Amino acid sequence: MSLDGSGAAASILEVSDLDVQLGGRRILDGVSFRIAPGEFTGLIGSNGAGKTTLFRVILGLQPASAGRVAIEGAAGGRSRRALGYVPQKFLIDPDVPLRARDLVGLGIDAQRLGVPLPSRTRRERVEQMLEAVDAVEFADTRVGRLSGGEQQRILIAHALISEPRLLLLDEPLANLDLRSAAEVVRLLARIAREQRIAVLISAHEINPLLPVMDRVVYLASGRAANGTTAEIIRAEVLSKLYGHHVDVLNVHGRVLIVAGAGEDTDLAGHEGMFPGAGIPS
Amino acid sequence: MSHLLSPVFAAGFFESEPVRIAAAIGTLVAVVTALVGVFTVMRGQSFAGEAFGDLGTTGGSGALLVGVGPLGGFVAGNVIAAAAMEAVGIQRSRGRDLATGIVLGAGLGLAALFLYLYGSEHSTTGTTVSILFGSIFAVASSTIGPVIGLSAAVVLITVALYRPLLLSSINSEMAAARGIPVRLVGALYLLALALAAALAALTIGTILSTALLVGPAASALRLTRRPLTAVLTAGAIGIGAMWLGILLAYDSYSWPPAKQGWPVSFFVVTIVFLVYLLAGLPEARARRRGARPAPAGERSAPGLEG
Amino acid sequence: MVNAWTVGSIVAVVAGVVGFFTVIRGSAFVAHAIPNGSFAGAAGASLIGISTLLGLGVFSLGGALAIGLLGRRGRHDVATALALVMMLALGALFLNFSVEYAPEVYSLLFGEILGISPNELVPTAVLGAVCILATAALYRPLMISSILPEVAEARGISAFRMELAFLAVLALATTMTVPVVGMLLIFSLMIGAPATARSLTDRPPVAMGLSVAVALVIVWASIAASYTTNYPVGFFVGTASAAAYACGRLYSAGGGRRVRAARREARRRAS
Repeated sequence: MSLDGSGAAASILEVSDLDVQLGGRRILDGVSFRIAPGEFTGLIGSNGAGKTTLFRVILGLQPASAGRVAIEGAAGGRSRRALGYVPQKFLIDPDVPLRARDLVGLGIDAQRLGVPLPSRTRRERVEQMLEAVDAVEFADTRVGRLSGGEQQRILIAHALISEPRLLLLDEPLANLDLRSAAEVVRLLARIAREQRIAVLISAHEINPLLPVMDRVVYLASGRAANGTTAEIIRAEVLSKLYGHHVDVLNVHGRVLIVAGAGEDTDLAGHEGMFPGAGIPS
Repeated sequence: MSHLLSPVFAAGFFESEPVRIAAAIGTLVAVVTALVGVFTVMRGQSFAGEAFGDLGTTGGSGALLVGVGPLGGFVAGNVIAAAAMEAVGIQRSRGRDLATGIVLGAGLGLAALFLYLYGSEHSTTGTTVSILFGSIFAVASSTIGPVIGLSAAVVLITVALYRPLLLSSINSEMAAARGIPVRLVGALYLLALALAAALAALTIGTILSTALLVGPAASALRLTRRPLTAVLTAGAIGIGAMWLGILLAYDSYSWPPAKQGWPVSFFVVTIVFLVYLLAGLPEARARRRGARPAPAGERSAPGLEG
Repeated sequence: MVNAWTVGSIVAVVAGVVGFFTVIRGSAFVAHAIPNGSFAGAAGASLIGISTLLGLGVFSLGGALAIGLLGRRGRHDVATALALVMMLALGALFLNFSVEYAPEVYSLLFGEILGISPNELVPTAVLGAVCILATAALYRPLMISSILPEVAEARGISAFRMELAFLAVLALATTMTVPVVGMLLIFSLMIGAPATARSLTDRPPVAMGLSVAVALVIVWASIAASYTTNYPVGFFVGTASAAAYACGRLYSAGGGRRVRAARREARRRAS
């Protein structure tokens, strides 16, 4: 089910009829959407909806059972240099001798062989990026010793400094309080606008992203609906997606998606309800 | 009946005293190492298991030098080493191998010294090699009593620790939240491992010690997720490999090239290795059918995967 | 003796450079297993009458390949342990058929400084240069792949290929250290020196430089001590590496306390 309106000439990311099976379960079922250059897209779905799986397929870390992923038109994700990626979970050894600033510097050209020669241009670029993510204060601390939120900002800087055309972030807001989440979103939106980077950011809670999203891809029951927030965040669309009656309430410009009181509309293969998806914390 | 089986069981196999002793000790050690080995693989501490086997060399050569029996040396050396590893005290799984390596390096350095000092009075090269590559057919019957006692101690510790050890091996944060003293449990486990490896290295040699600690348990964990089933499976694999290995080694006395027999360790290790490869087949087949993801970039994560 | 100093220095530099990544990747076990297992290659080589060094090299690379392949699907430490015992079992088999134990066994294992001939100098230097150049070439992708494998993968850096490349360099580095330090103890130099270095600095290039410096100090001190006491070099290398690591830990623990105290003081003054 896709209300795909863009049809733009050169999409930065095109996912077509993606099917993914894992351990006998169908995680993704005919997922299709397109992202145009510079578009800020939110991938919304509750935990277990398949967001990370979708990311892994896009990144080429996992094979799909059917369907196709094309990055800048190149199938199979060959054009890797166009991608930046910030994973949801990462563990950096606190003893590794690498400062935050060094990790960001690595982002410039990590895929090239050889030792990077220190130069003023490199140092300035790193400094700029550190300022952009507000990380100058701890730039000289070991990466592994920073807090989770600080590490995340460094990883964002590392991804951005390579000037990707598409930035993928897997649930960056999950463990942040409301204020930090809002800050990260503002930061990403600003940088994306300034550098014309397309952003695909996954989340289980839609509200922090509402102010900045150009389009939303909503995942439920393995299927996806995509379009603008006005098109997709509606009771009719989401109910059909969930296979269960869902209400969408508007509270002071924020959205509350709740399981409705009506009868379940039975859908073959559907596993059950997702009550209270997207209730703001 | 016996002439039907004679190609498989060479003449005199069942009557041979060394074979009986080897089979008995091999079975005992296989059982103990299966129990400790399952936790070792779950916790990602195969290096510690292997290191304790090598550190037995230090204890053994120290014992030689001082003139006491090897068993005391093996045990004392390993217990001291375990304490040292705990003192270095890194709890993260990647860091643990560093601690193990540092202690092992110091221990092997001492072994070099002990063997040198011993060798300045006796001939060394044979000793060095026989300590490193020892043979099960060379176990002295006087050690059997203490070996059994030691095995009982290891089994007792592990069984007493079973539940807290299992919980803290799967998820140490959750275990700590439930009030389990994770650090203490880990230290006691390390002690059990040190003793198990000492006992195994002494009786069946360092190579087989490591092979039996890691191989059968790893194969079992590839086939099942239930810990008790894994221990039983690992025990069965270990016992089977030992018996088959002893049998083949006995038979090989009539084989080329020199008609002097092939070493037991070669057979047992090859069997254990092959079983591990075979145990990986179901998973490989499932992956090819697209049912499991390729673990890109996953390294040494503790858990129940084989 | 001059040969021992020269070869020893080359070995120390290589150990410091390759060891830098060994510790970052948590590959202490592999660094121990590959030379330990390659001993079987030496035994096999002497059995069929070819150069021991060749046998060592073949088994080192073979072991590295086995560990890389097995470790791709299975647990990494299990792969290392099983590859090691398989090689050692083959060694037991070869030794079984040897009529006499080669007298070099002890020095192969624990190191020997007196028996280093001048014509070992050039091959050691060449192999050492190869190891260092290979590490330098792999520096960037290896660094990111070691610390954030999925992020590296997203950029097209295959974690598996990096692992194989690193293992190959490690195999080469451990093979060429046979002359001075001995196979059983090269790994302790390779992890002790970088582990010490990272307690002293946060910056990667400085850490690598210090790693080399500490390795040089350990090797020189060990050669000198071995020459004076006649005790094996390996004894000094193993214990000195452990001692260096301990010093590094004490320094960073003490330093950490000083820094934390200073921060607390600054906060107090500000309030």
